[in-house]
Amino acid sequence: MQATISEISYPSGNPVVALAGNPNAGKTTLFNFLTGLRQKVANYPGVTVEWRSGAWKTADASITLIDLPGLYSLETTSVDESIARDVLEGKGADIPRPDAIIAVVDATNLERNLYLVTQLFEYGVPVVVALTMIDTFEKRQHKIDLRKMSRLLGVPVVAVKAADGEGRDELENAVNSISGTRPEFPFHANGNGNEGENARIFARYNFISKVVQDSVVHNDRGAHELSEKVDQILTHRFFGLVILLLVLLVVFQTIFTWASVPMDLLEQGFGSLGVGVKAILPEGILSDLVVDGIIAGVGGVLIFLPQILLLFLFISILEDTGYMARAAFLLDKLMSRVGLHGKAFLPLMSSFACAIPGIMATRTIENSRDRFATMMIAPLMSCSARLPVYTLMIGAFFAGQTVFGFLSLGAVLMLAMYLLGISVAIVVAFVLKRTILKAEPAPFLMELPPYRLPNLRTVVQNMLIRAWLFVKRAGTVILAISIMLWALMYFPRESPRSGTELRQPVVASGNADVPALPESQQLQNSYAGKLGHAIEPVIRPLGFDWKIGVALIASFAAREVLVSTLSIIYNVGKDENEQSESLIGAVRNAKKPDGSLVWTPLTALSLMVFFVLAMQCMSTVAIVRRETNSWRWPMFMIGYMTVLAYLGALITYQGGRLLGFA
Amino acid sequence: MVGGKVNIANLKNFSRTSIKLSSIEPGSDCRVVAVTGNGHVSRRLQEMGVIPGVRVRMVKSAPFGDPFEVRLLGYSLALRKSEAELVEVVA
Repeated sequence: MQATISEISYPSGNPVVALAGNPNAGKTTLFNFLTGLRQKVANYPGVTVEWRSGAWKTADASITLIDLPGLYSLETTSVDESIARDVLEGKGADIPRPDAIIAVVDATNLERNLYLVTQLFEYGVPVVVALTMIDTFEKRQHKIDLRKMSRLLGVPVVAVKAADGEGRDELENAVNSISGTRPEFPFHANGNGNEGENARIFARYNFISKVVQDSVVHNDRGAHELSEKVDQILTHRFFGLVILLLVLLVVFQTIFTWASVPMDLLEQGFGSLGVGVKAILPEGILSDLVVDGIIAGVGGVLIFLPQILLLFLFISILEDTGYMARAAFLLDKLMSRVGLHGKAFLPLMSSFACAIPGIMATRTIENSRDRFATMMIAPLMSCSARLPVYTLMIGAFFAGQTVFGFLSLGAVLMLAMYLLGISVAIVVAFVLKRTILKAEPAPFLMELPPYRLPNLRTVVQNMLIRAWLFVKRAGTVILAISIMLWALMYFPRESPRSGTELRQPVVASGNADVPALPESQQLQNSYAGKLGHAIEPVIRPLGFDWKIGVALIASFAAREVLVSTLSIIYNVGKDENEQSESLIGAVRNAKKPDGSLVWTPLTALSLMVFFVLAMQCMSTVAIVRRETNSWRWPMFMIGYMTVLAYLGALITYQGGRLLGFA
Repeated sequence: MVGGKVNIANLKNFSRTSIKLSSIEPGSDCRVVAVTGNGHVSRRLQEMGVIPGVRVRMVKSAPFGDPFEVRLLGYSLALRKSEAELVEVVA
């Protein structure tokens, strides 16, 4: 038996074993249990479905374990299913054909789980059935005769308890024992076309029903009672919605309060790192690139990592407990009105904190068109990086004013910005689902898995893997864009030795009575400054001058960069925040060459509308690029959002003027 | 009720007129007699175990009246009203 493992080995290396199973069957837990953290994540070539592979160290070999996507069937036409089929047939590019399949079967849900197993028999690859959830099954006084089931199915059946570490050796032996065998096809169904398909499905279930009847002794009393009782409240017509709101409230409260501590620490950390590096490196371009380009740019994104991690943690817990499916169930009717799946709700909700985890969470949506539509509208939810922009504008132009005598105008405007984003998202989703993402309606059909306590190990592993993926995959794009934006604002350099650059005519300094700081002057004369001038005719109808144009260009890195860029360009020092009096004063007093004010309340409103709708976030672009595995979707996203932002700001500004506002 | 009652009965035993799964009252049981339509949705319904002879219990509908939760083969399935309308059942 020990020798056989090498016989099934792939000529070029280790034996390959695929893990296949229904969603919620405990596949990920088993995979993590067998591989530990010796795993890597990759995309199937050309598509957006991700697969994990890992090293399963057995007594005498290292097996390459491939985690197939969660499947209910191999016959229908979803992307996940066709990929799994390709892998099993050895057609998956870069993925060797498996030498064996471990079929993960949830013992508490035998019939439906075994359906997939009957399909796996057809690929001529030896199969081992790994029964999970066996403890829950036995707690319900059910008994299962593994030997009998194994005989009836014609393949080894092994019980595994990943949480307790049991069943590993048995699974290893079973995989060794079947090497080189071909599973016998235990039933037959003929026929062609639709009738034939239905007959095959029927024959499979018929076979399964016999297997289960002969090998399982049931005690029906009390099965699934707990989950049903819990569901009487959690999916209750009224209380279900109330509880969902409370859950979301807790999640968001936690993200904003808990995350702020490590975020501040990270911000300080990157600040000190910058100072430290500046002290070590000789003054000059290299030091400026590293400190102002790389550390400031990448650091500005990484400070959001605690928020992202916490969101992943919650998403992971909600998924593992089975609550996510309930949330989708509760809200599907609302979401389906705009053509989206109930599962789109949570990713969109997360996007109010940050679009990155939101976009990564769209993975739970199986249908790729639904998933892309959800991704495309996720950045329209007002994220936390927009708050500094809103706060600055409201602080400078709308502070202390009231509506109807008691409502704070700032609060009303803030709410209006959130509502604007949501409304536009609804319209965009509606249009996308009827045009480029139009498809035959995908089935909603979704299992409501029994409630389970989350497995801490799985939750933490998933959170860390996702966070690491974000840093790794988005990192290169973020780094590249950071350097590019830095270069735009850094070059061309005036030679400091010429001594003239400080006196160069400045087109219009924010505070004419204060001599321009070199920093401000440099930015105004840089390529970004020139670009700001170049786009001024285009953005003038929105009420923006070239300096705002420069800030718009710079804030493509991340929305909150608008504040620091305005601080530099208005000559108040780059360390001012959105509540700084000097920055607010500079914005209020900034003058055009003709002496009139640059900013009016209408300009501020126009800018806020622009920021609600514009794709000003390189991290989102990077993550969409990664999740869709192409540049087409992020480019489309930038394109449509920029057009919407322009139109939105144009309507606001020109409409406001027509209505008689300045 | 994991599989305890999964006798996939013969279709011909049903003589009563069938109704749609979507019109079954919450809390009531029924038995599938046919899944109509021949598209992706109908295929997927059958693969999830909604096949002639299987007992299905209507558990509830979501807050806005759609989708439904049903129980069959020992698990809970959520499906939209439009999908439940494809399933012919007898009480």
